[in-house]
Amino acid sequence: MAMHQIEKSYDNLQVVVPPADVAQSAVSVRNVSKGYGNVEALRDLSLEFPRGQLTSLLGPSGCGKTTLLKIIAGLLKADSGDVEVNGVKVAGPGPDRAFVFQDFALLPWANVMRNVAFGLELRGIAKSEREAIAEKYIKNVGLAGFERSYPHELSGGMRQRVGLARALSVDAQVLLLDEPFSAVDEQNRRKFQEDMLELVQKEKKTFIFVTHSIEEAVYVSDQIAVLLPRPSRVSEVIRPTSFRHKDAANIRRDPEYLDIIDRIWASLRNYVE
Amino acid sequence: MSSLVIWALLWEIIGRMDLTFFIPPLSHVIVTLFDIIGTPAFLKALSETGYAFFGGVVASIVIGIPVGILIGKSRLLDEMILPWVNIFLSAPLTALVPVLMVLFGFGMTSIIITTTLFAIWIIILNTRAGVMQINRSMIEMARSFGAKPLEAFFKIYFWAALPEILGGVRIGVIRAVKGVIIGQLLISIVGFGALFELYSSNFLMTHFWAVLVVLFAMAFSISEVLAYLERRVAYYAAKR
Amino acid sequence: MKHRSLLLKLLSALLVFGAWEIAGRIPVSFAFPTFLESMQALLAMTLDGRIFVAYAETLKPLVVGIVISAVFGISLGLWTGLSQRFDWLFSPVFIVMQAAPLAALIPLLVMAYGIGLTSKVFVVCIMAMPVIVLNTSGAVRNTPSSIKEMATSFLARDRDVILKIIIPAASPVIFSGLRLGISAGFIGAILAELKITPTGVGDIITYSRSIADYPSMYAAIFSIIALAVVFLNLLERFENFLFAGNNRGYASD
Repeated sequence: MAMHQIEKSYDNLQVVVPPADVAQSAVSVRNVSKGYGNVEALRDLSLEFPRGQLTSLLGPSGCGKTTLLKIIAGLLKADSGDVEVNGVKVAGPGPDRAFVFQDFALLPWANVMRNVAFGLELRGIAKSEREAIAEKYIKNVGLAGFERSYPHELSGGMRQRVGLARALSVDAQVLLLDEPFSAVDEQNRRKFQEDMLELVQKEKKTFIFVTHSIEEAVYVSDQIAVLLPRPSRVSEVIRPTSFRHKDAANIRRDPEYLDIIDRIWASLRNYVE
Repeated sequence: MSSLVIWALLWEIIGRMDLTFFIPPLSHVIVTLFDIIGTPAFLKALSETGYAFFGGVVASIVIGIPVGILIGKSRLLDEMILPWVNIFLSAPLTALVPVLMVLFGFGMTSIIITTTLFAIWIIILNTRAGVMQINRSMIEMARSFGAKPLEAFFKIYFWAALPEILGGVRIGVIRAVKGVIIGQLLISIVGFGALFELYSSNFLMTHFWAVLVVLFAMAFSISEVLAYLERRVAYYAAKR
Repeated sequence: MKHRSLLLKLLSALLVFGAWEIAGRIPVSFAFPTFLESMQALLAMTLDGRIFVAYAETLKPLVVGIVISAVFGISLGLWTGLSQRFDWLFSPVFIVMQAAPLAALIPLLVMAYGIGLTSKVFVVCIMAMPVIVLNTSGAVRNTPSSIKEMATSFLARDRDVILKIIIPAASPVIFSGLRLGISAGFIGAILAELKITPTGVGDIITYSRSIADYPSMYAAIFSIIALAVVFLNLLERFENFLFAGNNRGYASD
């Protein structure tokens, strides 16, 4: 059902927007501003997110990166400006996007199976069908055998795998990840980051990834948008070239990887309190 | 809280409609309230109630906090006393009032004890919880600087557990308000109990409601003041 | 270690009942029977069935009152928790009721509804309802916003959010509100029997007192307290069993 809707929106799109643009960007953010009372969280922010790639939103805390992500998700409304996903304006949450939450947001009273299938449950998919889909993604994220476990019986890393499987199982074109590994311990985080690379390769989806870790952003991203705070704006967009196709183990030794980290740190260090 | 005005208005309208004899218009109740508020009967009831209330509250604080600290510090005492505290916390204490009446007579003593019984258990329980969450390092600090047990008791445990203790005292005081009224209703020759008896047997509805309004307003104010005080020390709980 | 806890509980019960026995033997007061005398009286009451008849009478207003309070209290609580307007309208009333000594309404209830079952049911309701309403509405309002947001992002409709997120998330607190309500309901039921008309257990207490049969009076009081405590304890265990995962799912524990 979800797939069907997306294809339909493709059709719309081909009429309105030049095809070249569509091939490049899955998500476009145009002149978005957002304020909370007197505080200006985002000012006139524009950014393109290439299809099938992973874009990181990187910046110090309070720079509005989560706000931007939630605007893309349709959970928050922008004061002005537009967000388009596959050429269609975002008016609220939609089947074309799935969210992975920083605090996992699992239902504590539901087991792994129901948690993973929850997005499908809300779409009214029959139980046997949605459990078959969930089963597959539970296995993909490496949680086979834990289908009947409850969130409190899992470690932080495993809980986030449940959150990831839930987002994957609704088969949305765009995955929005809000600091997904920040509540996960260091070793699990590294494993996750390696898995992310594989996932981007395999799933052919567009990933938007919020993080405050420079190393993490550079490690997993095809494109890094560095945001500066108060009010938030894009200071630069970096596209690593040389190490993206290297295997996971060698990236951290690549000179370009190290250079980019230094460069980003140089521009962010002034904003650290 | 502003919606209470609407309810007051509704009360007035229902009263004016003369639907039932039991609900006189609020305005009449207020007028009556000012009439009776200075009368000796009312002042006597108020002072008796206040006396029993404060007696009960002071007793439950003076006994409850040390007992709470004690069982929070000693595992043996905790295991022996805690079950009883939990029993009395959930027991229908109204059933004990007849016992108090035969043991201590139909007077002030029984009411003070009733009030204490309503208030004390939650104070003990919260104090215990407060003491048990004290940082080990705080206790070791006291010991390493050579604090004697009694000193540690008052200088460390009491202050470190203060937010929880105040929380317990607040709930205890609210329960004490209910206890003192229940005591007076059952031993109906003292305080507001006597006043209620007098007004209801003479069908003085506006008088009855006037006393109720005063009573509810006082109970509510007490609980709000305590909640405010508790919020004032909330900073303290966060920064330990 | 499990035995130690049980052993200490037994020891402490022995100490308290022993103290009661000794105080009764001194005696500290003519109206203070010994523990064994009271237990004998309880046994006698149980054997001749008097106590069962009494409880059938006492539990009637309690059960009816609790059922009414639960149905109305939970619906009203859900309503005020979900709608800001109803929150504004109803919450202050229940906050005042929670703080106020509602027992003072009893003489009025007696005048309005007589001395029968209706008044007693009302007493149980006014005691039990506020805590049920406030717990329910508080629990609904405190549903973690992140799981509500999660549901919204996965396209939940309002109905789904209420049925699949808010109510399951709130149910542990609603349940414990119900337990507190039942505890207050016991207080109300006995208060009603002592204050309005002596029936059931209240009748045994009042009657035994009037003929100075103190062991029976103490036995009746002992039994009602024991019943309430055991019942509420079982309820709490059931609650822990039912919502075991819910409480441990969050970080703070």
